[in-house]
Amino acid sequence: MIDQTGPAPLSDMRKNIDLAIAANDAALAMAMMTELWSVHAGPATAPLVLSWFNKLQGMAGGLDAKPLRLTVLRSFSVEPAIPLLRAAALLGGVQLDVTLGDFNTYSQDLLSPDSPAYASSPDVVVLAVQTRDIAPDIWAGQGLLDEARVAAVIAEFAGLIDAFRSRSEAALVVHNLEQPTWPAEGVLGGQSGGCQRDAIIRINAGIVQAAAQYSGVYVLDYDGLVSRHGRACWSDEARWLTMRLPVAMENLLHLADEWLKYLMPISGKVAKALIVDLDNTLWGGVLGEDGADGIELDGEYPGAAFQAVQRVLLDLSRRGIILGVCSKNDEGDALKVLADHPGMLVRPDDFAIFKINWQDKATNIKEIAQELNIGTDAIAFLDDNAAERLWVRQSLPEVHVIELTDDPLSYADALRAAPVFERLSLSNEDRQRKQHYADQRARQDLQGSVASLEDFYRSLDMHLDVFLVTASDIQRVAQLTQKTNQFNLTTRRYSEADIAKFVEDPAHMVFAARATDRFGDSGIIAVAIIAIDNNKARLDTFLMSCRVIGRTVETAVLACVVRALEDGDCQTLVGEFIPTPKNAPASEFLANHGFGEDQTLKLPAPSLQVPGWIRT
Amino acid sequence: MDKAKSEHVRQIIADTLFISIDEVGEDASQDTLKNWDSLQQMNIVLALEQSFGVRFKPEEFSAMSNVEKILQHLQAKQA
Repeated sequence: MIDQTGPAPLSDMRKNIDLAIAANDAALAMAMMTELWSVHAGPATAPLVLSWFNKLQGMAGGLDAKPLRLTVLRSFSVEPAIPLLRAAALLGGVQLDVTLGDFNTYSQDLLSPDSPAYASSPDVVVLAVQTRDIAPDIWAGQGLLDEARVAAVIAEFAGLIDAFRSRSEAALVVHNLEQPTWPAEGVLGGQSGGCQRDAIIRINAGIVQAAAQYSGVYVLDYDGLVSRHGRACWSDEARWLTMRLPVAMENLLHLADEWLKYLMPISGKVAKALIVDLDNTLWGGVLGEDGADGIELDGEYPGAAFQAVQRVLLDLSRRGIILGVCSKNDEGDALKVLADHPGMLVRPDDFAIFKINWQDKATNIKEIAQELNIGTDAIAFLDDNAAERLWVRQSLPEVHVIELTDDPLSYADALRAAPVFERLSLSNEDRQRKQHYADQRARQDLQGSVASLEDFYRSLDMHLDVFLVTASDIQRVAQLTQKTNQFNLTTRRYSEADIAKFVEDPAHMVFAARATDRFGDSGIIAVAIIAIDNNKARLDTFLMSCRVIGRTVETAVLACVVRALEDGDCQTLVGEFIPTPKNAPASEFLANHGFGEDQTLKLPAPSLQVPGWIRT
Repeated sequence: MDKAKSEHVRQIIADTLFISIDEVGEDASQDTLKNWDSLQQMNIVLALEQSFGVRFKPEEFSAMSNVEKILQHLQAKQA
């Protein structure tokens, strides 16, 4: 239904979304709306997104948007930006209820206690005032910087902020002042201090200081926003003069997106973790095909695009955002590249979690959420592959999937533009988060391996029967001495006749062990042949079938044999290890079970016991 | 009159006013549609600009007060 080779035309996307909504598939509709917005956002599509959301709200499984009441106080027209803001917010999981102050009455709105600014009980107030409105003389560039005027403008902002905070606990987002496109003094202004540009810089510094006096008052760098998109093309003078709409149509979306960078963290809709793919996301190429030497990752084209992505990851990490990897790759090979490749700027220590396997990514992300102990709605996902992004969007609509084009040079910007990574304050915990997760991981690796092994043994429900061999067992016992190579201390090969002789001989004891577990009866899986001389025993043969290696069965067998020897008043058991090319698995057996350097175990040996998860 | 373009324009008006295209006939105007006020006029014109890739002069804004006049202005731009 959806053409994956490139963004579909708007009319097709629109039709597909209508179909998805008619089919009650909220997750698919949301995924397609997000794609539509990333390609076609604007005044024509905002109303579409808003009506689709209205329909989704009626559907089960649709929409868990967080409500937020916003009031915008302003000195210019912002009306056309509001539908864009509401659409983008809904796609980000925030449902905005927007009130606009009357045009250019921002002062009265803030100073008067029963103005709409307070009456609507907003959660957030945005104060958007242009330089030309609050400081028309400075905007017009009348002469040298006037200290008194700069101080007066700062004082005016400080007064408005103070009045607001004395009447409301809501968050306040204050636009700073934008520079004019052309400095009044021309290039002369940049040669020494005291010019129009300096005046605006000083006022903006004063606004930051005034905001810092209160909690929940934030500065929106409007001047920075305008510069980012280019002063020369930001404004529309004709529209300003006729409709008091100073922002050109194409830039209204940028204004809405900038507001969202404040609204999302204020409403708590943030990504606590960013999970990234590896191939063609953190490096160019596919590790499994190109090899570690073939991937592109350096300061040149195209590797530089991926280093830029890694730099963003480092910045995000410093903000307290957890980093994780979710990649379909060989884990060992991938970790080696992360650790050793000279082009890597992020290293394994920068990541709190790795899911490098062949499992589907939605399941991996669910596991990551559980292991990091955060909600899936606090996870952001970066993957160059559109099919993977769509899969995750449909399976986990609450995950923030970063939309990408097919140009890697745009990936870093896409990360920086995402509002879910914004933070308005940083705690000590945020700063130390990376180290906290690294410590956690080290602790869990240690714990996890011990706990899960014991649970594993227990889950096998093993039962062991250790007994002295009789005539009916001789064939199997002889066979084991002939075939067992790995877990075999002495590799002595015996025929049935030899075993029969040992069984008859009072100076020899032949033990065998039969094992059953929850999967069935394994039959005889271990043999111990003991030679007795007075109260000294010698371990002629100790072997175990490779079927039961790695389950502590050998410990249980030895313990049972030793108990039998103790019952016969034996005082020592002498072991013997004859190394062969194949029996390395048994090389530490004696040392691990209390046999000294002289290969001798003093009896009784109470520390040698059958492990608790094996029944005998 | 170009049927496809007329339908496209009427769809934009319907979307902006949050009504169904069935309510926007070829004779729809600011006088006949309840929500079509000066604020919505601004939104409609911006949506037309984005959809058709054109730019309207300030004088044209208030002049485009019904479907027929919108089509005429579009025709003039795209000639």
